[in-house]
Amino acid sequence: MKNNNLHLLKIYLPIFLVVIAADFARGQNEINIEQNITVMGLMKPVPVALDGFSGEVASVLKFDLYVQGFSFVSDDAAQYIINGSNSDRVQGRVIDRFAKSTILSRSYIGANLRRQAHAFADDIVLAITGKKGIAQTKITFKARSEIYVADFDGHNYQAVTHDSAIVAAPAWAPGKLALYYTSYKLGNPDIFYHDLRTGQRQLIAGYSGLNTSAAVSPDGLKVAMILSKDGSPNVYVCNADGSDLKRLTTTSEDSSPCWSPDGQWICFATKINERRILAKVSASGGEVQRISTAGVSNPTEPDWSPDGKWIAFTSQMGEFDICVVPADGGDATTLVRGEDPSWSPNSRTLIFTRETNYQHALSVLDAPTKQVKDIPRILENDSQPAWAK
Amino acid sequence: MGKINFTNFNKRKIMKTTKWIYTLAFALVVTLAATGCHTHKPVGVTQLPGESAPTVPDQTSQNTLPPGNQLSQSEQVQPGSLATENLAEFEGMIEDTNALAANTIHFPFDSSVIRKSEKTNLEAVATALGADTNLKLLIEGNCDERGTEEYNRALGERRALAAREALAKLGVDPSRVRTISYGEDRPVDPGHDESAWQKNRRDDFVLLHPKM
Repeated sequence: MKNNNLHLLKIYLPIFLVVIAADFARGQNEINIEQNITVMGLMKPVPVALDGFSGEVASVLKFDLYVQGFSFVSDDAAQYIINGSNSDRVQGRVIDRFAKSTILSRSYIGANLRRQAHAFADDIVLAITGKKGIAQTKITFKARSEIYVADFDGHNYQAVTHDSAIVAAPAWAPGKLALYYTSYKLGNPDIFYHDLRTGQRQLIAGYSGLNTSAAVSPDGLKVAMILSKDGSPNVYVCNADGSDLKRLTTTSEDSSPCWSPDGQWICFATKINERRILAKVSASGGEVQRISTAGVSNPTEPDWSPDGKWIAFTSQMGEFDICVVPADGGDATTLVRGEDPSWSPNSRTLIFTRETNYQHALSVLDAPTKQVKDIPRILENDSQPAWAK
Repeated sequence: MGKINFTNFNKRKIMKTTKWIYTLAFALVVTLAATGCHTHKPVGVTQLPGESAPTVPDQTSQNTLPPGNQLSQSEQVQPGSLATENLAEFEGMIEDTNALAANTIHFPFDSSVIRKSEKTNLEAVATALGADTNLKLLIEGNCDERGTEEYNRALGERRALAAREALAKLGVDPSRVRTISYGEDRPVDPGHDESAWQKNRRDDFVLLHPKM
């Protein structure tokens, strides 16, 4: 009997110790996540070793992890070792070197190696950070005179218009395979809804003057936009199908509305007392309130993070800079050169436009670590990216 | 299987992780006890949908999207919602870009204020329109490349509207005037210096004749 108990202890004591160690390691991860949320631009990347992958799979994993706050080091310096293979399919493991445990072990079948690698990257991010990754997300953008959709890294791009007209400001309808965008096809900047599954398009705003900068509410039921039909460009809101139009502002020099994730507020760029500022107005109308962006000037192109905590925007002080500010206003943090940021669905990474040699191209920025990767230029002048959410 | 993982967040995910860690720990210890080493085989398999199958709503599959249908005014939905616009009155009019080409007006940087020196150009435009109400006017507002794209689209519109207002003061009925902003999309000078920018910050005037 006594002997039996000792035997049980022999089995359960190691289990108990492993569980304690694993819990401790997880606790450390949670602290990391907390820091990610509070310190933009100052976080250190998570060092990982990437072993055993080659070719396209290796480059996909590197791109996906780099823009989500990981750096690549030798096994000795790594906090996590990611190893595996991609001979006929992607398979791999993630080993936590501190906790000495395998936290992910998975293989992928179907589609192609590129998509398998993206799926593995998402599983790695989830296993290490507890956050949903962005590797299988989509973007839209404008290039030359058409609207495009693509994977978030610019691959598998496809024109969804063939109008040869000036286009602008594409935006996704949340959770739908559908876009809103501005097209000059009918001789005026008008806002259209485009169901990407069927190709059906509807005119949403075709008023006299400017109709642009559509932004869809998080529940998909309302559209905010800039119209000038009443004599100056201001913020308006209407139903998703264009009905029930309402003017929200009479401020001067309004541009680029975006929604708070709770659908209560619309943030936009404007000018008050001869100063260009960010401001917000209730989606049902009311007083315009200033959002302070201390430390930078000439803010435009705000985008509210899906978790509600941050507003990313462009500041112009000679050059364009990508900045973030707490959503209630405060000290702005300048991250990198660039313009027109759009948040990823997990509120960590930004896609934006970068100008080199007077040509626009897209780049992806991990806001906490400021790690940036350029997306290979797809056509001349790719710009105004918007992340599908 | 993988999809379920993607959609679980935060607390649920942590609870899941804890469960999973316990399971893993147990499996690890049992395996170690039984064999003295642990396996390298992946424990889970994720099946990805085929290339042509749409996955989640925000994911498009490769090269399977149909092209957008032809755009036309007649496809306007929501009858009545466009009641305030008077664009229809301008439809089909013949654009004469030469008549007032010499009267283009230019603006200071990041401004829609019309300089006093542009007065003669505006008077010439007002005179050309004259009393013949069959003639109408299109004002095209443009910007230099400095400034963000959508900001410039609004700035170009403000420049066009400023000219419409100035013409109203000279007696031109604003309902005869249509505005369009091209933002920074239509520079006359593709250069990247002040001399190019100066030329690009402008309103072009297009005389509109009635359709034949």
